[in-house]
Amino acid sequence: MNVRSQVAMVFHLDKCIGCHTCSIACKNIWTDRPGTEYMWWNNVETKPGTGFPTQWEDQEKYSGGWEVRDGKLQLKSTSKEKTVFNIFHNPHMPTMDDYYEPWTYDYQHLFDAPEGPDQPTARPISMVTGELIQIQAGPNWDDDLGGSPVYAQNDPNLKGLTPDQQQQLFAVERLVFFYFPRICNHCLNPACVAACPSGALYKRGEDGIVLVDQNRCRGWRACVAACPYKKMFYNWNTGKSEKCILCFPRLETGQAPACFHSCVGRIRYLGNVLYDASRIEEVAKLPDEQLVEGHRSLILDPHDPEVIYEARKNGIHDSVIETAQRSPVYQFVKVWKIALPPHIEYRTMPMLFYVPPMAPVMANRDAGAVNGVSGDLFHDIEQSRVPMKFLANLFGAGHEAKVRYALRKQKAVRWYRRALTVGDVEMSVAERMLREADSSPEEAEAIYRLTSLCTFEDRFVIPPMHREEAIQMLEDPLAHKQSVGFGFTTGPRRGM
Amino acid sequence: MTSTHYLDQFLFAILPYMVLITFLPVTIQRYRARGFTYSSLSSQFLENQQHFWSLVPFHYGILVITAGHIAAFFLPQQLLAWNAKPVRLYVLEISALIFAILSLVGLCAALVRRFTTSKVRRVTTTRDWILFGLLAVQIASGIGVAIFHPWGSSWFAATLTPYLWSLVRLNPNLAAVSAMPWLVKFHIVNAYLVIGYFPFTRLVHVLVIPNPYLWRKPQVVRWYRRPAEAAPKA
Repeated sequence: MNVRSQVAMVFHLDKCIGCHTCSIACKNIWTDRPGTEYMWWNNVETKPGTGFPTQWEDQEKYSGGWEVRDGKLQLKSTSKEKTVFNIFHNPHMPTMDDYYEPWTYDYQHLFDAPEGPDQPTARPISMVTGELIQIQAGPNWDDDLGGSPVYAQNDPNLKGLTPDQQQQLFAVERLVFFYFPRICNHCLNPACVAACPSGALYKRGEDGIVLVDQNRCRGWRACVAACPYKKMFYNWNTGKSEKCILCFPRLETGQAPACFHSCVGRIRYLGNVLYDASRIEEVAKLPDEQLVEGHRSLILDPHDPEVIYEARKNGIHDSVIETAQRSPVYQFVKVWKIALPPHIEYRTMPMLFYVPPMAPVMANRDAGAVNGVSGDLFHDIEQSRVPMKFLANLFGAGHEAKVRYALRKQKAVRWYRRALTVGDVEMSVAERMLREADSSPEEAEAIYRLTSLCTFEDRFVIPPMHREEAIQMLEDPLAHKQSVGFGFTTGPRRGM
Repeated sequence: MTSTHYLDQFLFAILPYMVLITFLPVTIQRYRARGFTYSSLSSQFLENQQHFWSLVPFHYGILVITAGHIAAFFLPQQLLAWNAKPVRLYVLEISALIFAILSLVGLCAALVRRFTTSKVRRVTTTRDWILFGLLAVQIASGIGVAIFHPWGSSWFAATLTPYLWSLVRLNPNLAAVSAMPWLVKFHIVNAYLVIGYFPFTRLVHVLVIPNPYLWRKPQVVRWYRRPAEAAPKA
C-alpha cells in the first residue's frame, strides 16, 4: 500500500442549473490574457450536445486517453517512439477551429462613426488577428439545444442507443437535456503528464493537483492531444500549454477554487481522499465493466487504522488525514456510491465525480401523477426520458449497473423525504424503497443534508496544504523578508 | 596586403569568434534567467494542413543536412574513405541534395503559410521574418554550392574541416578558405550570422529536444516535502 492524499471533487448534476457562473469566475481570474481567450478551463455543456471542443468525446477523432494494447497500458495518441517522429507535427492536435475563434466587438466605432443615415454598430473582431470576422461558433454554441439535429444528435454518447431510444431523445415535446459542467479531473493516471516530452507536466505529490511547469514546457503539444477530456489548452501567444490549476493559490490559503466558491446551485463539493497509488496501473488495466468499481477501490477508508498508519508513514500530516475523514467526496463516492467518474473508459482515473441527474427522470411520467407507486417502484427510472444507456455511456463506461444504483438511491431519498415532509407517500413504502435501493433512513437523511442543506464548510473540506513548511525547505524566508515573493520574476511573453 | 585579405581576415578569422562570443553566453543566460522563452512556439494550433506539408519536410531536410555537416567536421577521414568509390560519392551527394531541396521547399511552404494565413501571420514577429530570411538564404546558397561546386562532401572534409579545426585551436588558418569560390564563402559567412542570431530567436528550441522522455517513467510526481529520489513513482 502506498497511501497518498488527493484533492477530489464531486459535481451534483441534479442541482446544476446551467448558469455558467463557474465559467465566468474562472475566466475572469485565469484566462483573460492574450492567447488564452479561447480557453475555458471550466465550461458547462448541455447534454445531449457536442460539447467543447466540438465532439471532444469522440476519441476516434481526437485519440485521447489510454487503451490496453498487448496487455500494456498505452496512450492512444502517442508513444515514446512516435514522439520522436511526431515532434514536428502532431497528428492528433486539435486546431482552433475545433474550439472557436475568440472575438470582441469594435466598440470604438460606436463613438467614432461619422454621421450617417443608420445607427453605427459594433461589429465582431477576432481576438487573434484583430480583423473583422463572421462568428462561426462559440464555446456554448449548443447551450440548451437538447433535441437539436445539429448538436444533440451528434453527441458521441448516443453510441449504442437503440434507434427507439435515440428517437425518444429528439421527439417534440419529449426533448430533454441536462447540464454537464467540466473542469480538469486532476486524474490519478493523467494522460497529459505521460505524454509530455519535456516532463513539464507533473502531479503534485501532496495534493494530486496536475500542473504545467511553464518554464519547462516547450510547446510540443502532446498533452493537448493526449488528454481525452480536452482540458489541456495551447496558449498560441506564449507557445506554452496551460490548464486548470484547481485555483491552488486559493486552496493553499484555505479557500475553495473560484468555480466552486461561486457556484450558484451549490453543486460542487471538494475534499481530499486517501488512495492507494501502488494499484493505479493494475486498476487502469481492468476491463471496462470493472473500471468504476476498481476506481472506487483505489480510495481508502480514512478511518481504517492500517490506512492511517501507512498514511503517516508516507509523510501525510495528521491534519490531512483528519480532513480526509470529513471529506464530502468520500461520502458521495465511497460510502453512498452515488457519484461516478466521467468516461472512466479513458482510463485516466479522473478524480472528479458526478452524481447523475435525476430531474429529467422524474419528469418522465406522462400519465400525470408522480406518486403512482406500483409494484416495481423504480420503473420510471428505467423508462426515463434520458435513456439509462446514455448516462451509462457518460458515467459507467457503457455499463448501466452503477448508474442505475445511483439513480435508485437518489430516488429513494426523495421519496423518503417526501413521506416526511409532504406526507402523500406512505412511510412504509418509502422505507421499502430505501431498502431496495441499498440504503437506510439514516443514510437517506445524511444524503439529504449534504445535498440540500449543505453549508460552505460541508461542501468544502479543504486539507491544510502546509505549503509554508514546503517553502521553508527550499528557500530561507528571512532572506526574502520585505521582498515581493518567490519564483517567477519575469512576465510571460512570447519568445525572447 | 590587399583589402580582400583584410576582409577575409575579418569574415573568417574574427567573425566566427564574435558570433561564438554572442552565442554561448546569451544562450546559456537566456536558458537560466528566462527559461520561459524556450519554446518551439508552434503555430500548429492555428493552422493544421499546410503545417504538415511545410514543417515536416523542412525539419527532416534540415536535420539530415546539419548532421552531414557535423559528420564532415568530426569524421573527415571516414567521409573521405566513403567517398573514395565514385558510386558512393554520387549516392551521398544526391541524397544530400534531395534533403536540402526538401528543406528549402518546406521552408518556402512555411513562409507562404505564415504570410497567407492571417492567424499565423499574427504570431510572426519581425525577428522571425529575419530568421526565416537568413535560413532561406543559407539553404539556397548551400544548394547552389552543391550544384555549381559539386563533390562538396569530399572537398569540405579535405579543406574546410582543417580550417574549422584551426578555429577551434585558436590559430586560424585561412589558406584554404581564402581560395574558395565566392558562393562557398557566402555560405560560410551566412552560417556565422545564423549562429550569432541563434540565441535571440525561436531557434533555441533545438537545444531543448526532449530526449529524457525516451527513458523516463510515464508519470511525473513532484514532492515538496520529500527529496525527489525518495519519491515513489506512480
